[in-house]
Amino acid sequence: MTQTNITTDDVAKIAQLASLTVSEEEKQLFAGQFSTTIDVINQLNEVDTKGTPPTSSVTKLENVTRSDIIDTDRVLPQAVALSGAKNVHQGFFVVKQILKKDNE
Amino acid sequence: MNKQIHQLTVTELLHGLEDKLFSSVDIVKHYLDRINKYNPELNIFLHINENALKQAQQADQEIAKGTKKLLLGIPLAIKDNFLTVGMPTTAGSLVLENYYPQYESTVTKKLLEAGAIFLGKTNMDAWAHGSSTETSQYGPTLNPWDLGRLPGGSSGGSAAAVSAQLAPAAIGSETAGSIRQPAAWCGVTGFKPSYGRVSRYGVIAMASSTDSPGPIARTVEDAALITSIIAGQDSYDGTSLSKEVEKYHELLKKKDLKGIRIALVKEYLLPTMRTEVKTLIHAAAAHLESLGAKVEEISLMDPKYAVGVYTVIQRSEVSSNLARFDGIRYGNDRNLFGEEAKRRIMLGTYTLSAGYYDAYYKKAIAIRTKIVEEFEQTFREFDVIIGAVSPGPAMKLGATQNEPMFGEMEDVLVEPSSLAGLTSAGVPCGFVDNLPIGLQITGNQFEESKILDIANLYQKTTDFNKFPKQYDK
Repeated sequence: MTQTNITTDDVAKIAQLASLTVSEEEKQLFAGQFSTTIDVINQLNEVDTKGTPPTSSVTKLENVTRSDIIDTDRVLPQAVALSGAKNVHQGFFVVKQILKKDNE
Repeated sequence: MNKQIHQLTVTELLHGLEDKLFSSVDIVKHYLDRINKYNPELNIFLHINENALKQAQQADQEIAKGTKKLLLGIPLAIKDNFLTVGMPTTAGSLVLENYYPQYESTVTKKLLEAGAIFLGKTNMDAWAHGSSTETSQYGPTLNPWDLGRLPGGSSGGSAAAVSAQLAPAAIGSETAGSIRQPAAWCGVTGFKPSYGRVSRYGVIAMASSTDSPGPIARTVEDAALITSIIAGQDSYDGTSLSKEVEKYHELLKKKDLKGIRIALVKEYLLPTMRTEVKTLIHAAAAHLESLGAKVEEISLMDPKYAVGVYTVIQRSEVSSNLARFDGIRYGNDRNLFGEEAKRRIMLGTYTLSAGYYDAYYKKAIAIRTKIVEEFEQTFREFDVIIGAVSPGPAMKLGATQNEPMFGEMEDVLVEPSSLAGLTSAGVPCGFVDNLPIGLQITGNQFEESKILDIANLYQKTTDFNKFPKQYDK
């Protein structure tokens, strides 16, 4: 038995945030599996972390900078940059419409 | 003696080329013939380099001119998450089916500059999400030791390629176990350099704070040679470190382990672990002691917490890294993500979402600090930590079905060291049910040369480096 209860509605909401489509069966499946996984993660509450600073990187590097110079070795020519796109128009990527006109 | 080409190490192939026993064309042709023969049953290569023979001819011309390069004329297999110009790169996913990269990864660029020839791209868990290759959308790779079993993952294709002798060595990448675990299940040598030692530029990102490219090879010696080539700072990867790269392959000098202090972690001999595996690890410890090392049992944080920490951090970073695949600039749209990728992206989205970020992500990265500190403390008193790579031998096909935490449970013993960015070698240490078992020898960050030296001595003084008979003829 899991203690966490993630519902199919929760899954639908997460899918929307992640820009993924999930079927009804997947919603059922993921709801159960996420509950189980979160139970495993909740074991972390057994560890006292009061006053412990976070670690997001283990390199101890700080503020890695470089000179503001264009590295032409790294710049893709336009034709190369577009070579993987399915839909291009006059040298540009075609993207999905995200804004609507008032009359639409 | 009289070994065939596929039974030679990279080091032996280089000597053979120098002594003109064979040409690069002979080597590459031999491997391509084997790949054509065995790949259909093993599903190791997703793509075979059609220019390999031509490149071998060029290498032979260079050799004739007296050019010296560390890997001149040597073929390698490359995991399919390294961007390679002229060869498709899918990361095992349909989202990147037929994707041809626009630039070369730093690791493969360095290997090409060292004279290597790529045989092709190897199968992997899709996006490196898994420890089995079962999440590959191009079907699983089969374990050369037993075709009913999994090779491990995510670098399962690379490990199986070396084990089935379809490549003398291969490149993999590890986020938490993805080099060491498949190497263990396939009975070959895997080496995970410290985080930041090898550039991540051009490697399709999984968890950016732990991703570490590295070699899978027949011997520690070959793994050291490849690491000498691929390691080093890269201005295209801000987390790569400037620390000088050693010639690791020239530093394998130990004849004994006098003065070496080894820690055997009690908690890593899991209650659920098979007794035979524990016996092999104790035998490995006894062997290292017989070479002069001092072995002591110590206690570390229960690895179950590292599983939780890794799960949160990995899912969170995945959700961010995989957000870029929108099918607009390259690749297909997000509907083609497989079940495992969806599961990981969504769980990471959840653990980073408003209201849950503190409870999950912040908690996990605080415990990560504790894991790092515990290792720092341990390495003040010990040179290396040893343990099993995996709780058991290779599992059967289908083992991941309905096991959403399969990878994490199989990688429980390698996750702590990955979270701390440590370096670790995985070498064969015996057999259970005629299947290979791996020993991990783990050291502090940037102690590559020490770890390789100790692993090399262990390997040279034991007799576990075997290859499955079916493919060793």
